[in-house]
Amino acid sequence: MTDHADVSGSADPATPGADFGHGDRGRTAIPAAPDQPGSGGVARVAAVLAGVLPDDAILTDPERLRTYDCDGLSHIRVTPGLVVLPETTEQVSVVVRACVAADVPFVARGAGTGLSGGALPVADGVVIALTRMRRILHVDPVNKIAVVQPGVVNADVTAAVAGHGLYFAPDPSSQIVCTVGGNVAENSGGAHCLKHGFTVNHVLAATVVLPTGEIVELGGEAPDPLGYDLLGAFIGSEGTLGIATEITLRLTRRAQVVETLLAGFPDIGSAAATVSAVIAAGIVPAAAELMDALAVEAAEAAVGCGYPAEAGAVLLVELDGTRAEVTHALARVEEFCLRHHGFGLRRAKDEQDRAALWRGRKSAFAAVGRISPDYYVQDGVVPRTVLPEALARIEVLAREAGLRVANVFHAGDGNLHPLVLFDGAIPGAGETAERLAGRILTTCLDLGGSITGEHGVGIEKRAYLAHQFTRDDLDVMQLLRCAFDPAGLANPGKLFPTPRLCGERPGRRNGVHPLQAAGLAELF
Amino acid sequence: MVTADRGLFAALSRVCPDVREATEDDAITGVIPSWTAAPATAAEAAALMRLAAHHDLAVTARGAGTKLDWGNPPRRADLLVDLGNLDGILEHQAGDLVVRVQPGVRLDPLARILAEQGQQLALDDPVGGATVGGTISTAVCGPRRLRYGAPRDLLIGVTTVLADGTITRSGGKVIKNVAGYDLGKLFTGAFGTLGLVVEAVFRLHPLPAACAWLILNPADRATAVSAMRTLLHSQAAPSAIEWDSAQGPPEVAALFEGGAAESRAAALRRSLGDGRTSDRPPPWWGTHPDGTLIEVRFPVGRFSEVLGEIDEAARDHAVAARTRGGFGLLHVGVSEDPADAPDTAAFIMRIRGNLAALGGVVIVRRAAGAVRDRVDVWGPGGAVRLMRRVKERFDPQGLLSPGRLVGGV
Repeated sequence: MTDHADVSGSADPATPGADFGHGDRGRTAIPAAPDQPGSGGVARVAAVLAGVLPDDAILTDPERLRTYDCDGLSHIRVTPGLVVLPETTEQVSVVVRACVAADVPFVARGAGTGLSGGALPVADGVVIALTRMRRILHVDPVNKIAVVQPGVVNADVTAAVAGHGLYFAPDPSSQIVCTVGGNVAENSGGAHCLKHGFTVNHVLAATVVLPTGEIVELGGEAPDPLGYDLLGAFIGSEGTLGIATEITLRLTRRAQVVETLLAGFPDIGSAAATVSAVIAAGIVPAAAELMDALAVEAAEAAVGCGYPAEAGAVLLVELDGTRAEVTHALARVEEFCLRHHGFGLRRAKDEQDRAALWRGRKSAFAAVGRISPDYYVQDGVVPRTVLPEALARIEVLAREAGLRVANVFHAGDGNLHPLVLFDGAIPGAGETAERLAGRILTTCLDLGGSITGEHGVGIEKRAYLAHQFTRDDLDVMQLLRCAFDPAGLANPGKLFPTPRLCGERPGRRNGVHPLQAAGLAELF
Repeated sequence: MVTADRGLFAALSRVCPDVREATEDDAITGVIPSWTAAPATAAEAAALMRLAAHHDLAVTARGAGTKLDWGNPPRRADLLVDLGNLDGILEHQAGDLVVRVQPGVRLDPLARILAEQGQQLALDDPVGGATVGGTISTAVCGPRRLRYGAPRDLLIGVTTVLADGTITRSGGKVIKNVAGYDLGKLFTGAFGTLGLVVEAVFRLHPLPAACAWLILNPADRATAVSAMRTLLHSQAAPSAIEWDSAQGPPEVAALFEGGAAESRAAALRRSLGDGRTSDRPPPWWGTHPDGTLIEVRFPVGRFSEVLGEIDEAARDHAVAARTRGGFGLLHVGVSEDPADAPDTAAFIMRIRGNLAALGGVVIVRRAAGAVRDRVDVWGPGGAVRLMRRVKERFDPQGLLSPGRLVGGV
């Protein structure tokens, strides 16, 4: 977890913290790079950059390169051909131009905490690590704006503006390590995005180095840029549309009052029903987090969070707003909990107490490591109203696979994080776990949801994207990609199931078009 | 009508029975297309687009037509695709706070239907009578933007028909979703230059239990601005704060929603030592000023300077400027008398130039030809080169409202 501690340049960014990644560190690396260019390219890039970047910003030593060989999806590793550590927008542009000239792919990287392999290097490609671009350039409390470099750690933004009663709302669980640049690439969410939105709702502008090396300004301090919302499309594009090098963040005023309530429930169904009742009553909690018995057991073993021991599920609800609103809503939420057989209700008395209530939830992923040698974390979404159905199906799937699944999730927005537990020492167990995780995703799609709520597609789920979208849908997304990255060099092999060159019209529509077949269209 | 045109008309009616010759009422910023077609289904809309692409017909989309006079005139317009018949509410899962609608649904009736379940699509309709599709395509906002965001923030899924007839979808029905590119963002504010929106999924909000407005009549601009700042930074968290000088003496109003709305408004009235509370908005709330309409977008904290610059420019150019709006977004109404066009144009260029230094953008929304002839309605700004590349990929033949957007995209 020393990733961002590299700032002094004295140590290389290490692999990401186990807290945010897989527990299955022992698994074998598999080669994953899809399309490999000629290997002479990287040497050409290094030669060009040697005169432009400081010596210590260009890493070629194989040992040091290896520290960049994965992100939070740590069972897939690829050693890059070259790692560079630029410090300015111009340097990033120079690096990208050098890559374009040599036809070498590049992958941008922040803290490497991503869970879908979005920052996985391409062999014979360049990793552009942004960890030296870690300055908060400007804070403007009147305009509620902070301008930061991409390597700034998420939580450090809030720390820098807290004195003004402001904070940066997106709070992914890796927020004490992950960078704002990574948040932009992944459109990070977090526990509080049900009410406060995602990264895309909190970024006003960005300086972006396009995959051609051009520098553009997307968005602006004034709301709603003219024309296409290119900034909105860029955010969440997983490094495939360019690299943000300066980011203007919208800051949020701290609410007058925050209340945190924890309750035990006999089973997960009654806890989920409570959340539905709360939302149906017109209350939008700042967060509504659910853990099942297995997740509670793990958290208890790891951090002794004191959650109701006999609970089949634990619900954590946070409310924020004006005193009048929150007081009223809290009473309603308590009432709904009791009505759905909630017990052991605890209300945070102060900030310290609030942290204590959150401790179990926040440690849940890592805690699962205590009850299982390995685990695979999944990220699916279903419409909130079908949560109980989704959980029931997951249980059946788990039983069929002969594995245990701990459920930790953002119940307010239907974002599930099933943790598939397995023992990597048992031959085939890892594959069984991955298959089960995949079945969980298709279940989410069957129920009208999505394969990812916040972890991104990356390399992990690119095959599943073709389950969520048609070939036409993906081809159209590819049009946007080609507008930004005609040479296909920015993070290739991620997000899209099938790599495709921009020159060729995708070979869809062989034979008769369905509309024509249906008699709705005629060709003249 | 020449034979070729008759052939085309026949071809159009084969794929979309509701087609007719266009009239002056179908003009897009003064450009009258040849035909107007109103598809009954997304498939019909797709068939129309394929036909149009095959015959190199330029296409503009229309919802209710309330903002068809915004933007540049299209360089070409052969076919107006009226999406008004696609007006179904396809799915409203109240428990999920999500609604899936067709583009021709109007905001007003939609609001009534959602209200039956205690919910709302928190988008304003400042022109009145707008459709969902038009609201997305023009990215129009009103007072509640402050709390709920713009159309881009509430649109979670979109289905569109591209110029070649491809029907394509991005996003979905769940609020939290990062799978694939979010093309909905591209289509918001695109003025129909990338494709036809044929279906949209929005996130909804609960209707507030109560609404109260605090209405102030400040003595002067400085007092007004200071009161608005107090409101903005207040933890009583108003959902909207608006200024108006278009109706006469300056007025400021703030909307409080939810629990204890009235008492929160009253508490601020006491601390500001001015104003009255009301359960109704002032009559000007959420509307645009009359006359030639200019939109000004600027960084939130620049409100006072922007207002000052507009007043000064108005004085210097002998223009009566009526302003209305709030933090980040102001509308200015000026005379629509053709004789005043030169002064109006000079006024626009002056504020455009001076506000650029403050990070502001000045757009002409509704204006007669005499003003449009003198100023670029969009002005400079935006990543136009990149937008053009996107446009070229999505619409390589340049058939969709060509030139209507900023930079002639």
